[in-house]
Amino acid sequence: MSEHDWPLWEVFVRARRGLAHLHAGSLHAPDAHLALRNARDLFTRRGEGVSLWVVPADAVTASSPDEKDPFFDPAADKPYRHPTFFALPEGVEHL
Amino acid sequence: MAERPTQTPPMPGSDRLLAEVTQAGEELARTHSGAHDGPAEADEEALAARFKEIVAADGKIEPRDWMPGGYRASLVRQLAQHAHSEIVGMQPEAHWIGRAPSLYRKAVLLAKVQDEAGHGLYLYAAAETLGVRRADLLDALHEGRQGYLSFINYPTLTWADTGALAWLTDGAAIVNQVPLCRTSYGPYARAMVRVCKEESFHHRQGFDSLWALTHGSPRQREMAQAAVDRWWYPALAMFGPPHSASTHSERSMAWRIKRFTNDELRQRFVDVCVPQAEALGVTLPDPELRWNAERGHYDFTPPDFAELRRVIRGDGPCNRERVAHRRAAHEEGAWVREAAAAHARRRAARSADAEADSGSGSGSGSGADAGDAAGSGGAAAGTDRPGGARADAEGMPA
Ligand SMILES: [Fe+2]
Ligand SMILES: [Fe+2]
Repeated sequence: MSEHDWPLWEVFVRARRGLAHLHAGSLHAPDAHLALRNARDLFTRRGEGVSLWVVPADAVTASSPDEKDPFFDPAADKPYRHPTFFALPEGVEHL
Repeated sequence: MAERPTQTPPMPGSDRLLAEVTQAGEELARTHSGAHDGPAEADEEALAARFKEIVAADGKIEPRDWMPGGYRASLVRQLAQHAHSEIVGMQPEAHWIGRAPSLYRKAVLLAKVQDEAGHGLYLYAAAETLGVRRADLLDALHEGRQGYLSFINYPTLTWADTGALAWLTDGAAIVNQVPLCRTSYGPYARAMVRVCKEESFHHRQGFDSLWALTHGSPRQREMAQAAVDRWWYPALAMFGPPHSASTHSERSMAWRIKRFTNDELRQRFVDVCVPQAEALGVTLPDPELRWNAERGHYDFTPPDFAELRRVIRGDGPCNRERVAHRRAAHEEGAWVREAAAAHARRRAARSADAEADSGSGSGSGSGADAGDAAGSGGAAAGTDRPGGARADAEGMPA
């Protein structure tokens, strides 16, 4: 396996307890084990994380090949899903 | 670890730049392109219109979006040059790691140089989102088809040069890069937010190191001043040729890859440096440098652009040495990459064995005891971390 074949890994970092893992970037490594070590050296040199995930970039399934996606259109015409859609009578609180 | 020995005064102007980085980071978190306006259309004209619309609205272009070929090519060129500058830029300072005057300064310099390797990796990864391969970009660097910033081709003659280089050229890099945190290409902007946050450590440790010298013995003050004299113009030249003579500026600005002209950024840098030089007690080597109340900026002598062109063409004091060192570091690091790959293969074989074992119950253990030398040490170096193996081996031209 030459360097050309090293797969790409997507790196996710949990900054603190209570937060979700967030995408931090990507890197090349021959396997998951080394990807984790490289990710530690690359993305958490200043204590930016308490937990790391590495995911083979190939294993990510995206919603469509474009960032502008008809996949999300069904959400566009349902404003009533937002609480601000509803007007409240004067004086009503805690609702 | 040795204690930080000096208390440096605040560095004029640096807080404002840091605040801009933070703000750009927060904007990235908020940015949306107003893009939810109907299904995607396939035809090129509609795609081009949409691209323009996103850029005009200061939205971000993301890797899977349609983009003009020229935009992609410009980004690849700029990202590659930027990434190469980060990794070749490790050399002038790596030079002094083994000879730093104290354990404290050595640890700081080591951390700084390691950051630059990281910056290179962020930027190569950003370039790869555009469909190029890091290995090909490195080939282009090694074969001289792609370049890096010209200041790297100047030597670090004394210890003070590491301080002057960091204060001035990392300072110039920050002025250049802070606006790039708002560049129109998403992965580039995100990488730059990370880079700029780390860069301000580089800038300050350089200032701190120079400050210690300018508050030391007469000989140390002299050494600091001489280093500042050497690095002022290479730093000014980092902003490139004047806008009128810059080949790519106009289009890059229209696409909002670039957000200010070379001249605007150079002026901003000079304005930031003057009060910092005063705080340090060094003189900037330009007799024409003075405040112009009418313009609200400092007047200054521009760098020698003919010299800049010569250095870019390969005729600087250290061009050949830098590229040869980079190539050697890559070749001599090959065994580390091979060892990492062998280690990965062995681990894969071992876990396949373990799986087979849990089915059949017969443990062969093949390969597991065949020597695991690559296991622990090779990991961190497994990324292509140039300079790691040879950082201290470079001959000093002093
Ligand atoms: Fe850097
Ligand atoms: Fe830096």
